[in-house]
Amino acid sequence: MPLSKRDLLPIRAETDIVMVRQAVRKACIEQGFSLVEQTKFVTAASEIARNTLEYGGGGEAALETHIEGVRKGVRIVFTDQGPGIADLEQAMRDGFTTGGGMGHGLGGAKRLVEHFEITSTPGVGTTVAIARWK
Amino acid sequence: MERIPILQMGQFLIVTIQVDMHDRLALTLQDDLTSRISATNAKGVLIDISALEIVDSFIGRMLANISGMARILDAQTVVTGMQPAVAITLVELGLSLPGIKTALNVERGMQLLRAALGDRQADPEQDDVDAPVEA
Amino acid sequence: MPDSRLPDLIARHEADLLAQWAKALSAAGATREDLMKPEELRAQCADLLGSVRQALQRGGNDITGQGWEKVRELLTEISRTRAQQGFTPTATASFVFSLKEPLFQRLRSEHAANPALLVEETWSTTTLVDKLGLFTIESYIKAREDIIRRQQEAMLELSTPVVKLWDGILALPLIGTLDSARTQIVMESLLQRVVTESTDVVILDITGVPTVDTLVAQHLLKTVTAARLMGTDCIISGIRPQIAQTIVHLGVDLTSVITKSSLADAFKVALSRRDLMVVKRKAAAAGAQA
Repeated sequence: MPLSKRDLLPIRAETDIVMVRQAVRKACIEQGFSLVEQTKFVTAASEIARNTLEYGGGGEAALETHIEGVRKGVRIVFTDQGPGIADLEQAMRDGFTTGGGMGHGLGGAKRLVEHFEITSTPGVGTTVAIARWK
Repeated sequence: MERIPILQMGQFLIVTIQVDMHDRLALTLQDDLTSRISATNAKGVLIDISALEIVDSFIGRMLANISGMARILDAQTVVTGMQPAVAITLVELGLSLPGIKTALNVERGMQLLRAALGDRQADPEQDDVDAPVEA
Repeated sequence: MPDSRLPDLIARHEADLLAQWAKALSAAGATREDLMKPEELRAQCADLLGSVRQALQRGGNDITGQGWEKVRELLTEISRTRAQQGFTPTATASFVFSLKEPLFQRLRSEHAANPALLVEETWSTTTLVDKLGLFTIESYIKAREDIIRRQQEAMLELSTPVVKLWDGILALPLIGTLDSARTQIVMESLLQRVVTESTDVVILDITGVPTVDTLVAQHLLKTVTAARLMGTDCIISGIRPQIAQTIVHLGVDLTSVITKSSLADAFKVALSRRDLMVVKRKAAAAGAQA
């Protein structure tokens, strides 16, 4: 998967979530995503960024743009060194939340994107990767 | 501190959200609106989100909260101007915001609020005499 | 091929190779002057040969590797434009394969004295050109797929006309099988029209939809919900008895949606939402006199 650009975005404060949204929006526009595709992907990124901040105690997002022949894609990898998630299956279920949200964060974000990967080790941290191809 | 302005027009409060809100700004708006409703005894709240490019679960929850709190304070809330892409995304996200009244644009939203108010009291002369007032 | 002589050979005879390549191209019938100017073709050849040489000098003969990025880009672009211009796959592949002959000729005259080396160099050259050729074809097919996909999208848009029945009342007659991709586009174009026409009521008519499965029902429900979020009411009409049965059997909850059996019934509901009614002229005249 040829990588054409990679940016590291910190997620340390609430305003960083807005920065992530804007950077992701820009990348989606560059890759020629339609308005609905952009909106879905940006919303998913916003959900996960908030998760990284609230449950992971902050971390970073690596925003990558890919060009593979005629296919173009955007991929973001969110990493935190937080407490991790013990029961991933439960965390992905709608309505499950340990924070103040509606519990739509991870499960909802997954529905908005084509590719969703999550790995988490209790005590070490959580990594969530989402991607969308045009 | 950064704030979203709230305009008063007769018995109604009007808010147009035109910036990509971070979470604290959204919470501040929620606080400001509820205190303004009780201070002004407003009967309706109109929130225009036509300039918002995304509504994630946090902002969605804020809208639902405002609507619920306003109801307890005896005011109707209507959310206007949601973009198609935003609506599609919210549905996919699983947030259908069942308790919230919606309208296509500000004009329709005002009609809706007036109609709701008219149902409750037979004195329609009270509204739209005042010019918009900066909160 | 760590110490290949190929890049060196290309460097020394670049101009000659290009001339030979051009000759081979026209012999193979791959020039298609009706579609492409000769000077443009020559520029492409020069570009490609130059970057192949650079790639060989830099990073071996693995064309998926880092050093070959430029070559891959060039070939992708060449195949893409040719797919659009209407070149056949053969003509597109011949563009690359025609490079073999001039290269082989060169190798033959260079290594005439050393048959073992000649065989070795010929072999590595032929595998390299084959790889480049295959890559070209792959990109060509990808470009064609892209064109097909875009045409499909265009067709989808055509197949879902949003019609205006009255001021503030839109109808979307759905015909044929609904799949996810189609519903997605239907939903987007419908909701966009809702904004531009400031619509109060939307009627989704599914008279022409042969079957409704869980997925289709959910898609319809999502469209209704999204329209509601924007502040517009949605009515689903044209539900035939067997579809009503399937919907209930599937356990899809449509209780929050207004459903009508015919488009006419739905239109009546829509009119009453807009505070309008249809009356017979005589009755209206009598009403006016009274």
